[in-house]
Amino acid sequence: MLRLLSLLVLLALPVQGEEIVLGLSRDEVAITANFDGSDVMIFGAVKREAPAPGGGPLEVIITLAGPSESVLVRRKERRLGIWVNTDSVEVDVAPSFYAVATSAPFRDVLTEVEDLRYGVSIPRVIRSVGAPANVANSETFTEALIRIRAASGLYQILDSQVDIEEETLFRGQIALPAALTEGEYVARIFITRGGVVMDEYQTSIAVYKAGLERWLFEMSRNQPFWYGLMSLAIAISAGWLASAAFRIFAR
Amino acid sequence: MQVYLPIAEVSVNAFLLLGLGGIVGILSGMFGVGGGFLMTPLLFFIGIPPAVAVATEAVQIVASSFSGVLAHLRRKSVDLRMGTVLLIGGLVGAALGVLLFNYLKSLGQVDLLVKLCYVVFLGVIGGLMFVESWRAIRRSKVVGGPPLRKKHGWVHALPFKLKFRVSGLYISVIPPLIVGLLVGILAAIMGVGGGFIMVPAMIYLLGMPTKVVIGTSLFQIIFVTAFTTMLHATTNFTVDIVLAVLLLVGGVIGAQVGARIGVKMKAEQLRILLAIMVLVVCGKLALDLLLVPSELYSLGAARGH
Repeated sequence: MLRLLSLLVLLALPVQGEEIVLGLSRDEVAITANFDGSDVMIFGAVKREAPAPGGGPLEVIITLAGPSESVLVRRKERRLGIWVNTDSVEVDVAPSFYAVATSAPFRDVLTEVEDLRYGVSIPRVIRSVGAPANVANSETFTEALIRIRAASGLYQILDSQVDIEEETLFRGQIALPAALTEGEYVARIFITRGGVVMDEYQTSIAVYKAGLERWLFEMSRNQPFWYGLMSLAIAISAGWLASAAFRIFAR
Repeated sequence: MQVYLPIAEVSVNAFLLLGLGGIVGILSGMFGVGGGFLMTPLLFFIGIPPAVAVATEAVQIVASSFSGVLAHLRRKSVDLRMGTVLLIGGLVGAALGVLLFNYLKSLGQVDLLVKLCYVVFLGVIGGLMFVESWRAIRRSKVVGGPPLRKKHGWVHALPFKLKFRVSGLYISVIPPLIVGLLVGILAAIMGVGGGFIMVPAMIYLLGMPTKVVIGTSLFQIIFVTAFTTMLHATTNFTVDIVLAVLLLVGGVIGAQVGARIGVKMKAEQLRILLAIMVLVVCGKLALDLLLVPSELYSLGAARGH
């Protein structure tokens, strides 16, 4: 029954004129002790059964999003001569990392309406539902969030940085910064003509701590008491070692 | 060489951390301060999340204080009896301080309170010490002999007197207990070992000789910060051991160097240098509060997570 239903749904969908076939330079990123950022190459091809349809040149958008979380944005104001945090707005959903790479300037590639529908540009992936009523200009808080994250390379706009060859092959590169959070990073690829999305493809890249980093992280969460004692033992023995070494050295 | 810190979740330059640890270690060995009041703001500056910076700094303080105390023990400049009395007060104070901190957190504005605490205490202590040691230096130049002090005040009229042989004192245990308690409370609120408050308190309130003060201060800092480390590790999970190791390798070496420099210097010179350092940090923090910040907005973890 279920299978029949899904078949019906599939049949009801419009026949895709163009389809994305995708490759990734890596489908996982291991964060080890000497992790210093990483480049992810996303490449693919557009498969078509019929000759290329009209409606403008083929354009490609690649997005990569880190795990979402809620963020508290605070604003400072001058009170009694000193700067203090006064208003704050909780942004409900904001990806910890987000990059948008396009094959041409963003607005030429995707219309406002399609952006709203698919949620592609940075302001569209951030969701801030309820700003408290007493906070004025609550939208400036979301802008500040984007500004701060963009300054540290966590939000990237890579206009015209996807290469397209022969309206078929495309290739884009996204640099992951060194300060990365663990989790599933979702890559989405859109092909558009005349600002309208023709096909969408989604895949994910696993970013996780490995080796010693993993072991220490797990221990700090699962055996916090022993982790604390271990830290102290290391501190004490390092202090003693330095003292002993200097005593020999001084003689 | 970049190193990824597993708990802080940022990547930092290892040599930068080794250097920072070394400099703060030298100061720690010279002045008997843990160096937390210097290192914690520095760690914020290089991008370590504040919660991780405060907790991890405690581990480094344990290491450099232990290394420093060994150097002072060999020189017999640690008053163990006085240290123990201060420590008892300190641990009670730290526990009270954590309670107070959580209460203030529930009221909001705890960040501001911590900063104001820093500015007020650093300013008052730095200022007083600067004036006092400046006078002492001038006096020693004019007269050519050590200054005469040790007046008999209200401190000496209290009961429960105890002999502190190393310090050459015969005073009541109540003042050191209260000093320890107050420093413990402040240390827990401000996230530091409290050496920069303890050292002047011992010199000016208890009348201990400067040389003994440094070793004794380090002795009690070890235990108070070890206690704080365990609290942070078990409740907030914010101790980053990789960060701690990088800082403490530099720190323990620096502490040994610092202890040797400290011996060669005059007490007044040591005090005036510490006073200047405290005033500089105070000035920096005060400017942060008074000047228009370059970015009015800041990001934080959402409430209730």
